[in-house]
Amino acid sequence: MKVAFTTSGITLDAPMDTRFGRAPKFLIYDMETGGFEVIDNEQNLNAPQGAGIQAAQTVSRTGTACLVTGHCGPKAFKVLQAADVAVYTTDAATVAEALDLFRAGTLSRAQSPDVEGHWA
Amino acid sequence: MIIAVASGKGGTGKTTVSLNLAKVARRDVQLLDCDVEEPNAHLFLKGALQSREEVSVPVPEADDSLCDGCGECSSFCRYNALATIDKGVLTFPELCHGCGGCIRVCPNKALTETGHRIGVIETFRTGNITLIHGCLDVGIAMAPPLIRAVKSRLREGATAILDAPPGTSCPVVTTIRDVDMVLLVTEPTPFGLHDLKLAVDMIGELKIPCGVVINRVGVGDGRVHAFCRERNLPVLLEIPDDRQIAESYSRGELIVDALPEYRPHFEGLLDRVLGFNKTAGSDCHAYL
Repeated sequence: MKVAFTTSGITLDAPMDTRFGRAPKFLIYDMETGGFEVIDNEQNLNAPQGAGIQAAQTVSRTGTACLVTGHCGPKAFKVLQAADVAVYTTDAATVAEALDLFRAGTLSRAQSPDVEGHWA
Repeated sequence: MIIAVASGKGGTGKTTVSLNLAKVARRDVQLLDCDVEEPNAHLFLKGALQSREEVSVPVPEADDSLCDGCGECSSFCRYNALATIDKGVLTFPELCHGCGGCIRVCPNKALTETGHRIGVIETFRTGNITLIHGCLDVGIAMAPPLIRAVKSRLREGATAILDAPPGTSCPVVTTIRDVDMVLLVTEPTPFGLHDLKLAVDMIGELKIPCGVVINRVGVGDGRVHAFCRERNLPVLLEIPDDRQIAESYSRGELIVDALPEYRPHFEGLLDRVLGFNKTAGSDCHAYL
């Protein structure tokens, strides 16, 4: 199973980015092999609108089953839900910490978006 | 002739100038309230409502049975109004600008056009004035399509006054594009000057002739006047900072009705505007 994390870095000890749509990168972690890849989301940083929608498409195309991020707005949530990507929110400081929490089963699955659209 | 009344700064008197100009016109005039996020000219005219029409923008609707999730539509859309996931496509009408591109690029003809309501256009009539205003629905963020719909009611050859929204962004550009001249209303304050400069730069880009109306003369300082001299911007009217004007405004009355001594000044402004052309220079200053 693949799990996506929003981050500004390219390693497991990189900081989490609390934003989803405008996170600079997604770290896609493979729970079975322990390997990961990093996907760029830079083109979304300056999108005039719909960054969350784009980001949700990008993440869903990687075959990710779960997304761990800081916050998720309504449009992104709608796309993720349609693509069967489960959303988990956390305030963990680094990807590694968020991964530990996810693995331990302490993160709860979001049933709805937790912020309004255009949350910065 | 189509005249737009605009300003960088809000609250400088665009609606006041638009209404009073329309009121002193000696023949039929169309007054278009293009501040569709907050139209207010009707509060001063109290005309009879003649018609009310809904305005929609064309947005895509997907037929899931025809969509194979190829993603052509969502990668085409620069406004991210569509999302493709492996099961099909999701649409976000509130982000759509109605260009129709997604429908054209869909190889499976899975998208069709449907209407997404954004607001209404209401027409009022009183005396020589036909007031047409747009009123954007609550929650709709895109004013330009409604402004274009309001402007589509312009009668060819008629005199029209367009009351623009404040600022220098898309709704203003949509309003003043293709007009014959722009009247910039400002006030002699640092804020007024700052936003007048932005507005003058915007109009320069659009290459539209413009003149300035300075409202509330007596407050602030002389820098707006100096700027107009420097940039060779004709000051077509100065309205003094008169408490009686504010009082009549607060009662919903027009200056030219409540304070007849000002009427000749607005008539003069209208004459100068109707006779205005690109070569008009600073010699057409007129002072109250």
